[in-house]
Amino acid sequence: MRKNALYICRFSVLCLAALLCLQCSKPKSVLSRVIQIKGSDTMVNLVQAWVETFKAVDSTIIIEVSGGGSGVGIAAIERGAVDIATASRNIKSKEAEAVKKNTGKDPVEFIVAYDALAVFVHKDNPMDEITIEQLARIFGIENNVTTWSELGVKLPGVKKDKIIRISRQSSSGTYEFFREKVLNKKDFRLGSCDMNGSKEVVELIGSTKTAIGYSGMGYATESIKMLKVKKTDHDTAYAPTIENTMSKKYPLARSLQMYTLGEPRGVTKTFIDWIKSDAGQSLVGDNGFVPCKVLSGAAPLVQ
Amino acid sequence: MNNQLQTHQAANQLQMQKIRARRPFLSIASEKILEVIIRISGVSAIVFVLAIFFFIFREAIPITFSENFNIFEFLFSTAWYPTSAVDVRYGTFALTVGSLSITFLSVLIALPFGIGAAIYVSEFCGPRLKETLKITIELLAAIPSVVWGFIGITIMSKVIVAVTGAPIGVNLLNGSIILALMSVPIIVSIGEDALKAVPDSFREAALAQGATKWQLIYRVLIPAAKNGLLAAVLLGVGRAVGETMAVLMATGHAVAIPTGLVDPIRTLTANIAAELGEAPTKSDHYRVLFLTGVLLFCITFIINLTADFVVRGIRGKK
Repeated sequence: MRKNALYICRFSVLCLAALLCLQCSKPKSVLSRVIQIKGSDTMVNLVQAWVETFKAVDSTIIIEVSGGGSGVGIAAIERGAVDIATASRNIKSKEAEAVKKNTGKDPVEFIVAYDALAVFVHKDNPMDEITIEQLARIFGIENNVTTWSELGVKLPGVKKDKIIRISRQSSSGTYEFFREKVLNKKDFRLGSCDMNGSKEVVELIGSTKTAIGYSGMGYATESIKMLKVKKTDHDTAYAPTIENTMSKKYPLARSLQMYTLGEPRGVTKTFIDWIKSDAGQSLVGDNGFVPCKVLSGAAPLVQ
Repeated sequence: MNNQLQTHQAANQLQMQKIRARRPFLSIASEKILEVIIRISGVSAIVFVLAIFFFIFREAIPITFSENFNIFEFLFSTAWYPTSAVDVRYGTFALTVGSLSITFLSVLIALPFGIGAAIYVSEFCGPRLKETLKITIELLAAIPSVVWGFIGITIMSKVIVAVTGAPIGVNLLNGSIILALMSVPIIVSIGEDALKAVPDSFREAALAQGATKWQLIYRVLIPAAKNGLLAAVLLGVGRAVGETMAVLMATGHAVAIPTGLVDPIRTLTANIAAELGEAPTKSDHYRVLFLTGVLLFCITFIINLTADFVVRGIRGKK
């Protein structure tokens, strides 16, 4: 029995030693060709599509992507833990100062795409248009609207017509953008269902008749309807389309950006340059977002 | 002749001593090393628990000394606005009510199913069915909690909307059912062990007195196995209070005090999981989240303490 225990001890020590040797023998140059990207959940599918296609351009660069929300990405770059932070909102001055304080470098911003923040309701909801003021009354704390009948909407086949708000968690850039543009930086009213990701918001609205929520326009599905948004009652209501976002007619258009620590160098620079080139931007439309500029030689955008 | 015997015996003794003294050095050394390793492992459990306590308290305590933090607001206010641009407030009352209500409801659902299944497996099953049931129930326990969350958000929400006509499928009821399904295997395993530990003489004595099977269970076995059954239920409660991933997905994650069974809620655990990633290290938000962890510790501690007193009370009556 004792002999067996001894053999096991010796064997495990040898295994550990072998693993350590393998780890140490990895050449240092491999580590410098890794890019760590963290941040926006809205952008995570788009960034992964870029990474997949970029492998064909340069297969020696390893790019690791994760979501968590724009807040998570910016918190990570404050610690200097990632190379690129993706965000669907702009970095705040307080956060930029923290980056400078912790890492000694300023964050540099690159706008890589545009997005329209769409307002979703269930497909059986007869409502078609909504004003920014109505959205503020639904989601904010002042002058509240709590039922669909107060908005003049009669939902078919529904007993309780209390408005169920579907929102995002506070780490989300989408949440911050909505709060800034619609609520004027005031607080959300508590009691909304705060989902983890952009897709979850749309899925929940698709299965809940009395729900209303917001997410990126690229996440639309068959079971929801996107409302046209107008700034006030007198303005025209615009639908969230690529054309309306590029021409800035849609009131809730936003930019999607990437932040790096100081000017990007090496493989990070190569990747970001590729993203901003025509090759990278051609993937943006397929993923439900709006490219930074009309691509040269592309067919005119018709919606 | 005697002399020869004596020297022979002396030579034997010397030989024996040499054999006894010459145990291989490696075997002595390895035995001592293993003893030390085992001792360290045993002590390390206590060390880890104390270290965790220390770490969490150390991260949380500085916020209590800050001027704009009020402990009563933290415990009794429902306004949870940690990232507000106008007025930052930390009020966890709605979250605490959410945690306690989901725990209470899930134990209420899990108790009859868990104890009932334990009694069935222990008293009514044939041996083959018993083995199959035990394996299946243990399989239920092996399902990861994030999978339970998926089940809650996709399947259970549709079932709840169809059966109760609730406006939204992710709510307190959904989370409670999922948590009950997670706690039942624990209650059944430990409850069944507790019932098995009751000596057969109890059962034989009751049957000899003319008791029916139900009377035997209700009046003899359950009182006899009370401690073990209570321990089983408490472990189930512990699982329910600490569960994070499944409730994050299945409860709708809404900061609101539930007024009905089908209202969305948020628990303390899900709140920490969702927000700790974005809270900058050592900021106020970060420290308040750790303070929420301390609050969770206290709730669990109070539950365990009450249970301990109840068990001691039962034991005392015996």
